[in-house]
Amino acid sequence: MSPTALESTTTPPLAAHPSHRTMPVLSGLGLLLLLSLFIGVSLGTLPVAPGTVATVLAANLLPAGWIDVSAISEADRVVVWLIRTPRVLVAALVGMGLALAGAQLQGLLHNPLASPDLIGTSAGGAFGAVLAIACGLAARSLWYLPLLAFLSAMGALCVVYAIATQRGRTPVATLLLSGVALNALLGAGTSLVLSLQASNYQVAQEIIFWLMGGLDSRTWIHVGMVAPCVLLGALIAATVVRELDVLLLGEEAAASLGVHIEHVKRTVLTSAALLTGAAVAVSGVLSFVGLVVPHMVRLVLGPAHRRVLPASALAGASLVILADVLARTIMRPEELRLGIITATFGAPFFLYLLLTRKREIGLG
Amino acid sequence: MSVLTLHNAGVAMAGHWLLRETSVTLRPGEITAFLGPNGSGKTTLLRLLAGLLPPSTGYVTLHDRDLRTLSRRDLAQRLAFVPQDTHINVAFTVREMVEMGRHPHLRRLTRLRPADHAAVDAALRRADIWHLAARPVVELSGGERQRVLIARSLATQADVLLLDEPTASLDIAHALDVLDLCHELAGEGKTIGLALHDINAAARYATQLVLLRAGRLITQGRPETVLHATQLNQVFDVCTDRIQATDGTPVFRFYRDRQQHSTFAL
Repeated sequence: MSPTALESTTTPPLAAHPSHRTMPVLSGLGLLLLLSLFIGVSLGTLPVAPGTVATVLAANLLPAGWIDVSAISEADRVVVWLIRTPRVLVAALVGMGLALAGAQLQGLLHNPLASPDLIGTSAGGAFGAVLAIACGLAARSLWYLPLLAFLSAMGALCVVYAIATQRGRTPVATLLLSGVALNALLGAGTSLVLSLQASNYQVAQEIIFWLMGGLDSRTWIHVGMVAPCVLLGALIAATVVRELDVLLLGEEAAASLGVHIEHVKRTVLTSAALLTGAAVAVSGVLSFVGLVVPHMVRLVLGPAHRRVLPASALAGASLVILADVLARTIMRPEELRLGIITATFGAPFFLYLLLTRKREIGLG
Repeated sequence: MSVLTLHNAGVAMAGHWLLRETSVTLRPGEITAFLGPNGSGKTTLLRLLAGLLPPSTGYVTLHDRDLRTLSRRDLAQRLAFVPQDTHINVAFTVREMVEMGRHPHLRRLTRLRPADHAAVDAALRRADIWHLAARPVVELSGGERQRVLIARSLATQADVLLLDEPTASLDIAHALDVLDLCHELAGEGKTIGLALHDINAAARYATQLVLLRAGRLITQGRPETVLHATQLNQVFDVCTDRIQATDGTPVFRFYRDRQQHSTFAL
């Protein structure tokens, strides 16, 4: 425009650009995750020496015969490889799934309060799981509870989407409100099943424990259930990274830049349903992970989803692993429910964000 | 070479006409300015032209193709729209915002290519915001944000640019910069459509004027034929005084009513 602007060839100042923090932050979070995985396997009711953990992990990961494990007791080997490793991996995948789902939904719905809990998926999953426990299906096979939880989480989201969609358009406000309504309805259903089972102490206890979220006695089978869903959900999310950025500027701006808005909504909701459904199916209800992790990440890396999504996945994984370590060790030998830990730490942290960083997280 | 045409297109919402059937053609190398009081349908007309609003009657064509047969992506490669509302509450940097203009050209799961970066650089320079590239948009003034949005539309390299009151939040110098830029772009063969409030700016820069009032097209044509006092009095509900600038072009001055006119004239 002005002649000076056309002639200037110097690069603009880039010091404060959050993209310059991307690589350090992402590698830091990657290291944190590795460290968390290791801590998660080492600590518990019976602490295992780090050297023993490393040897057992190496022996199982490397080809047979490379590492000599004869010096390690059978008990330690079982604890490390068959009990703790799958549990820690499930924790990581659940944290990844919830944080990724939350980050996408907050972006899509342009609402800093959006989380997997808000659009009915968590409540749907809980209802399905509670039904599975109450009918006795859960006792018959390891597969029934997660399967029912997953299906009802997906079902809940389909219902919310169908209610909110009229003539091919899904207004964000209607989507959120129908999510709130379905949440209440499913919560009532869960309470009903629970009260019908109240006389059956064991079943009622199992339901209540499940609703409080936890990762006790998760096995390699659970890892196998949740890993493909989280992977697929993450891949689907990756296809709309740029669209999510553009959508933050409003639907009209996005449309004028060639974004097919309803397609993005369907894609994100599918991904979020897969991720949350899988997470709820293997861990019960863990609140605040999907809400808080993306906000923490945005404070450091800014709003662009190509940074927020991977960083949220890494941070969410570490957070749930470490929360689970706390749940296992804080009242040794008793285990605290994981949902209690995530809410106890998540809620005050969210309040802190609300009171001090309102503007950055889009609430001011 | 892109000709954007409204064929008897109108928009009704809830039984109320926002814009009655209108036919207008925007041609390459020309600046078409839409003038009219608030609520006259300028923004509706621009959104209709941009394909952001489906016509209730008639249709819109871009180079003889109905907009409805074009995909969002195809349309966004050829036509860029700059909204009037510059409110942005997301802390993207200026550069990131302008990079979004490349969105219609990018495939899924790919990064910006060197050609995209070049287009972004050129757009930043042309909109005179090169020095702001690393700043978060939320920290900028309204005028700077307006230029960011203009840069984003330039980054699309679209042949048609539609701008809704692009000078509304700008100071005089930057308003002139934006209008000069439009003039330059028209000179390069782009098709430009502007909603404007400043009649004198429209008189100076536009090659075609469209006057609207209460959702109706009142008249259209070259500035010298469209802009005369009786016409303006009728459309804007004012008393218009036509005076001569030093270069001979007409300048208009407005009074709310006849009485005020005579008071000032004394």
